[in-house]
Amino acid sequence: MFILIVGCGRVGSSVARTMLQEGHDVSCLDEDPESHARLEVGLEKGWEDLGGQFTVGTGLETDALIAAGIEKADAFIASTDGDNTNIVIAQIAQRRYHVPTVIARILDPLRAEWYRRQGLHTICPTRVAIDMLENAVREGAQRDGGQPDGSVEAA
Amino acid sequence: MYIIVVGAGKVGWNLARELLEKNHEVTVIESDRRRYLTVEQELEHNVSYGDASELWVLERAGIQRADMVIAVTGDDEDNMLICQVAREKYNVERIIARVNNPRNREHFDLLGVKPSVSATDLILRLLEHEVPEYGLVHLLDLQEEQLEIIEMLLGKESRVTGRRVGDLSMPEGSLLISVLRGGKGFVPGPETVLEEGDEVLAVLDPGREDDLKELFGPAAGGNGAG
Repeated sequence: MFILIVGCGRVGSSVARTMLQEGHDVSCLDEDPESHARLEVGLEKGWEDLGGQFTVGTGLETDALIAAGIEKADAFIASTDGDNTNIVIAQIAQRRYHVPTVIARILDPLRAEWYRRQGLHTICPTRVAIDMLENAVREGAQRDGGQPDGSVEAA
Repeated sequence: MYIIVVGAGKVGWNLARELLEKNHEVTVIESDRRRYLTVEQELEHNVSYGDASELWVLERAGIQRADMVIAVTGDDEDNMLICQVAREKYNVERIIARVNNPRNREHFDLLGVKPSVSATDLILRLLEHEVPEYGLVHLLDLQEEQLEIIEMLLGKESRVTGRRVGDLSMPEGSLLISVLRGGKGFVPGPETVLEEGDEVLAVLDPGREDDLKELFGPAAGGNGAG
């Protein structure tokens, strides 16, 4: 599979590395040339030596997207640090380039939920964290036999 | 009308002021705290602090009852998203988006965010109008209707000066509709002979400008031969 990842931060670079190691073709696009270094963390060889591709540019630049290979992408991941950027470029990948699998990372749960209902595959790390925290609190409360208000359930 | 203006920069602030003077109800949303405090001194309760790409901020500003949303922040992605959400989620009838980088206009179109306004494009249009040697002036651009009207000034070098309109092979999808000569306009017939200094108006399908330039422009090599 050819995977294009826009936004090479902690999340993007980590997914890129894993996908490359699993045998996929991976291309990363980031406006910061320095982000290339993050791709090589923990790797024995250079990113390009392992077959990876890296392009400097933004996901709104048509030239950059094409140089990064969007026209042949099987999957597109929008993982920049901007929710709105991710939402916009994911829709560009979907509507203009008809990439079969498009995933956008959206931190704001409300926006993530609405765009999910519009047919965009969204991942919301904040939502995941909220759910995990709530479950952790519930489990703790159950273990202690306490009620949410702190009272103890009658046996 | 109830109008929400997003972004209290120079454009947003002045726009809000004008709209208020025209007795519209206006809320300006600004996400920068310092800017908000500055603008609030003048606009008072008509300005609201928050990031308008967060849905609850739009809802707090009453987007459900807004007649119009105008997004004029300095960030194209924000303007696109805010207008898309306004139209598709909150069914706001009218939206206007500011394009900061003209290259992004295609993205606005793709997301259905129309109309969009780019100051750079507007100035370029004016430049075309002010500088005749630029060749071809857009008088009207109806993007939705796929229709354009352009004006061309025929110079001495033009391939068509001295030729009959009936002899011109106008490109498909274009039509010569008027000739301005000596300050007066008329509809040319097949027998009309074009002269140097004529301003010709043509209606055409978008994307045909180059064909017309080719036909009406100077002959290749500039030797004036038709």
